[in-house]
Amino acid sequence: MKMLYRYLPLVLLAVFWEMAARLELVSSSALPPLSDVIVSWIDLIKTGELTGNTGASLYRAAMGLLLAIVIGTVLGIGMAWSKPVNVLLSPIVEIFYPLPKSALIPVTVIWLGFGNGSKILLIFLGCMIPVTIGAFNGARSSEQTLVWSARSMGANRLRMLWDVVLPSALPELLNGIRTALALSFILLVSSELIVAREGLGYLIGFLGANGSYDAMYAVVLTVAFLGFAADRGYQMLMNRMLQWREQTP
Amino acid sequence: MARTDAVTADHTLDAPAPSLARTVLWGFARVFSIVVLIVAWEGLARSGQFTPFVLPSLSSVIERIWADAISGDLAINTGLTVYRAMVGFLISMVGGILIGAAMSRNVIANWFFDPIVSVGFPMPKIAFLPVVILWLGVYDVSKITIIVIDAIFPVIAATLIAIRGVERELIWSARNMGASDRELMWQIVLPAALPQILTGLQVALPLSMIVAVVAEMLMGGYGLGGAMMTASRFADSRGVFAGIVEIAIVGYVLIKAMAILRRRLLIWHQEANEPTSA
Repeated sequence: MKMLYRYLPLVLLAVFWEMAARLELVSSSALPPLSDVIVSWIDLIKTGELTGNTGASLYRAAMGLLLAIVIGTVLGIGMAWSKPVNVLLSPIVEIFYPLPKSALIPVTVIWLGFGNGSKILLIFLGCMIPVTIGAFNGARSSEQTLVWSARSMGANRLRMLWDVVLPSALPELLNGIRTALALSFILLVSSELIVAREGLGYLIGFLGANGSYDAMYAVVLTVAFLGFAADRGYQMLMNRMLQWREQTP
Repeated sequence: MARTDAVTADHTLDAPAPSLARTVLWGFARVFSIVVLIVAWEGLARSGQFTPFVLPSLSSVIERIWADAISGDLAINTGLTVYRAMVGFLISMVGGILIGAAMSRNVIANWFFDPIVSVGFPMPKIAFLPVVILWLGVYDVSKITIIVIDAIFPVIAATLIAIRGVERELIWSARNMGASDRELMWQIVLPAALPQILTGLQVALPLSMIVAVVAEMLMGGYGLGGAMMTASRFADSRGVFAGIVEIAIVGYVLIKAMAILRRRLLIWHQEANEPTSA
């Protein structure tokens, strides 16, 4: 009941949508009724179009994000851990950080074509920087007293990296990954809208060009829901991973 | 999104008064990797390992940018992209702060917007781009609209958290001294909330640029993103790489300007003396 009250405005918006379309307040090609959208969503599931393209999209996002997390974490902690690495990498990070990552879409297409490779490369390049910065800021802020006591108890550098630096870098690192997760969806959808032969973004563009707007709305809402669900799921995971901390940020 | 000032700000603090030779050496080390990157790009492009389609040499890309600058295309495209991104950003800023402030003060506004923000913020709103095109066409209105849809959420969220986090004592003392609602908002709450609001704006700004470029790529026409897409359709990879360099410079300038503005506006805040993190 409380849940219903909280999300009532969304329900009202949905009802308003249905009414506006049914009463022809707006042209039904611009805004098909929500019930039609749901019907075409079920059709898209039945024909397998939606599931297949969702699979293709999620594969790209997951691969790109995974690469970005692994390499970004290594680079970020390396930058915090060793001064030469920092001096070498921080100018490059500083140059690439402000680049609007969507500008890379045509270049990745030139390098790797229209398929999976170009999207994975794009997501990897776009998402790596927030992960690197998160890992760097986190690792750099590990408390000196912890580092000193670990050292006085005879931990070698590698042990310290694993037992002290990495755990204390975790909160900021996880925040950086959350930014990267959001970014990966943006880059995935935009690159698929612009050039692709499969994937959710492609499906949206294809259905829109065919004029099947109710199906297009169905896919748009699916993408929006997937992004939302991914963020919520990640947040739950993050809270679990940070449970050992006295207070989660 | 984290700010990169942190990456460089700290090192001068831990080194006790370095000698001149060391300063010069570190200064050189700082640009070293960028020089290596530039030399590697030019060298690889000239080595013949890659076709000019895959990797045009940096010098030919710079020539291309120069040619665009002389013909006036560069100014038109850059101007249009920056115009769209900035109008979208400014609307998001004003709208986001207004909605956030309204949510923090008014129960009904909070009831209505809270689920919309909590569901809408994590969504990839760029997926609504085709819907926006369907409604508003392919011109500036729809480009700016999609920018606002994407960039307004971080501003609302930051404003809301910031205003809720203002210390009660500040508000009580102001009230005690007879501040009216309006005075309270303008003289106490907003300044105290400013650091976090600015952080939200610093997320919204790069987002505006990302979305502006995507919208231009998808809808075509003038603008840096549109020009890149045209170049890409004609397999003109020098044009594509020129576009990246141009967009990178625009993004760099905007973000640096925002960081400077933040330092200016928060000169009174203790953060001005600390190295920033996160």
